Amino acid sequence: MAASHAADPNTLYGRLTAHRRLVLLVLLLALLPAALLSLKIGSYPISSSTIISTLLFGSEDSLISHLIFNIRLPRTLAALLAGAGLALSGSVMQTLLKNPLAAPSTLGVSQGAAFGAAVAIILLGSGQTFTVGNEGVLLGNRSLTALCAFAGASLSTLAILAIATSRRLAAEAMILAGVAMGAFLSACTMLLQYFASDLQVAATLFWTFGDLGKAGWQENQTMALLLAVVLGGCIWKGWSLNALQWGDETAHSLGVSPAQLRLTGMLLTCLLVSIITAFLGIIAFVGLMAPHLIRPFIGSDQRYLLPGAALCGALLLLAADIVSRTVLAPVVIPVGIITSFAGAPLFLALLLRRRPPC
Amino acid sequence: MLEVRQLSFSYGDHPVLHEITFSLQPGTLLSVLGMNGSGKSTLLKNLARLLRPQQGRCLLNGKELSLLSDSELSRTVAYLPQTVPLSDITVFEAVLIGRKPHLGWQIQPEDLQETTRMLDLTGLADYAGRKTTQLSGGELQRVAIARTLAQQPAVLLLDEPVNHLDIRSQIDVMDLIRNLTLQLGIATIAVMHDLNMALRFSDRFLLLKGGRMAAFGASDVITEQTIQDIYQLQVVLQQVGGLTVVVPCPDQEPSHRHQD
Repeated sequence: MAASHAADPNTLYGRLTAHRRLVLLVLLLALLPAALLSLKIGSYPISSSTIISTLLFGSEDSLISHLIFNIRLPRTLAALLAGAGLALSGSVMQTLLKNPLAAPSTLGVSQGAAFGAAVAIILLGSGQTFTVGNEGVLLGNRSLTALCAFAGASLSTLAILAIATSRRLAAEAMILAGVAMGAFLSACTMLLQYFASDLQVAATLFWTFGDLGKAGWQENQTMALLLAVVLGGCIWKGWSLNALQWGDETAHSLGVSPAQLRLTGMLLTCLLVSIITAFLGIIAFVGLMAPHLIRPFIGSDQRYLLPGAALCGALLLLAADIVSRTVLAPVVIPVGIITSFAGAPLFLALLLRRRPPC
Repeated sequence: MLEVRQLSFSYGDHPVLHEITFSLQPGTLLSVLGMNGSGKSTLLKNLARLLRPQQGRCLLNGKELSLLSDSELSRTVAYLPQTVPLSDITVFEAVLIGRKPHLGWQIQPEDLQETTRMLDLTGLADYAGRKTTQLSGGELQRVAIARTLAQQPAVLLLDEPVNHLDIRSQIDVMDLIRNLTLQLGIATIAVMHDLNMALRFSDRFLLLKGGRMAAFGASDVITEQTIQDIYQLQVVLQQVGGLTVVVPCPDQEPSHRHQD
């Protein structure tokens, strides 16, 4: 059978394939204890065995059941789904645009979402702010903010693709359009904030801190559905993405249309990022870093790299969330702050460790 | 047989190729010669369908190439660009991707066998597990050629296949190209700059001047006259050990013409 031939351990390719499948399996298995740890953390102590039995069979204790199914599990799932989605998108963007710096946050998508949220909060008044005692800003209409953030990110994506289309969807055109769009939208957001009240500014700022606590079952369902579609599509087009690594002209000679692949790929991944960012706020660095972290272990074959990057991203965001809830407990730091904090030095370490290309 | 009839192409209002007509038998190597900007690479890109000619036809065994679907074309015509970006990948996989036009979702045993065969044919069998980033220029060019051959093309288009290589590697790679052209019965078209390499290894020659055909034929079209005409350069043709060698005459006025 074909599959068994490709996995024949006596051939070089068989060994490569076996190694990559092993890396995927290790990542998948590492998610289980990490998820369990994430479910354990909280002010109310629950033992691991109770968590597992509650997950499998439910629980008589309504408090435990409520804590796990309504509070902790949605948060853990959101970390897994958002981490996987951001990392997958970053990885696909890096391949499509042939640029190691391509990521949702460097291509104007996140800035588009932030601008959309600012419009909702400042102009549409969705961020009805209340002061509770001396502290805290509460956001009012969350779904309107999310909707506007999604619209902002999508419009930003469409604008970038439209500009790049006039340059035959070349990779450089797309990157430059993304950077320009990001700067423009940041300026728009700042302009809005300049004329807004202090509380509105605080609310928009709060929105941009990526926070997994915003996700519920419904958000998770939407993210999971879209993640499945994008991941499936990417693996299906794995060979075309592999061909693109050798340049547009070679890809074309191999029967792949680079422009078409780039257009659909960017549309799908930006859609995924837009949804995640609209639900949770901006979570930087996961999409940029996960592919770079996993590539030395799994290689550049997109059929393995993309699921590998997704699993790595899920693990990263889960770890960041665990840190965000424990480091200053009981205060929960928004996870976006942790990813940026840890991301920058990690990224530099990765850069310095790598041998310079000859 | 590959037949190109009256092929013309222009970038906007700027005509680049004008009514190019030639034909090529399988198992023969054609060198395309001419100065920078004479349309050599543009001709190759038109044949690879990276560019669409405004006029003219390309026929392979009587079939229009322009009517083939993208995937049919990729099983028929392979194209090696002037520069290919490096990818941090094993030599085996760098050649395996040449099977893309024949691949389903799952790799078949014959794809792996064909890849191994191409590595053997190009003398890369011992390199299969190495990263392409660790290879020399000559080895990389062999990998690139093996990848195009893995497509099992009837027509092979090579844009300056031995540029940037040392003289030893140039001879090795050209020798490889000629042998495989014969052995696999491919119609190979190579854009060449080195007249001596072209003369040594090619069966046919197509000379371009300002996008027009100056000459087409066997090695007898390469004369001191045609070279003077095409390159504005005085040369002497000499016989060295059965090889025709082109030697530019000394003490020539620099042309001062602005080239790209």
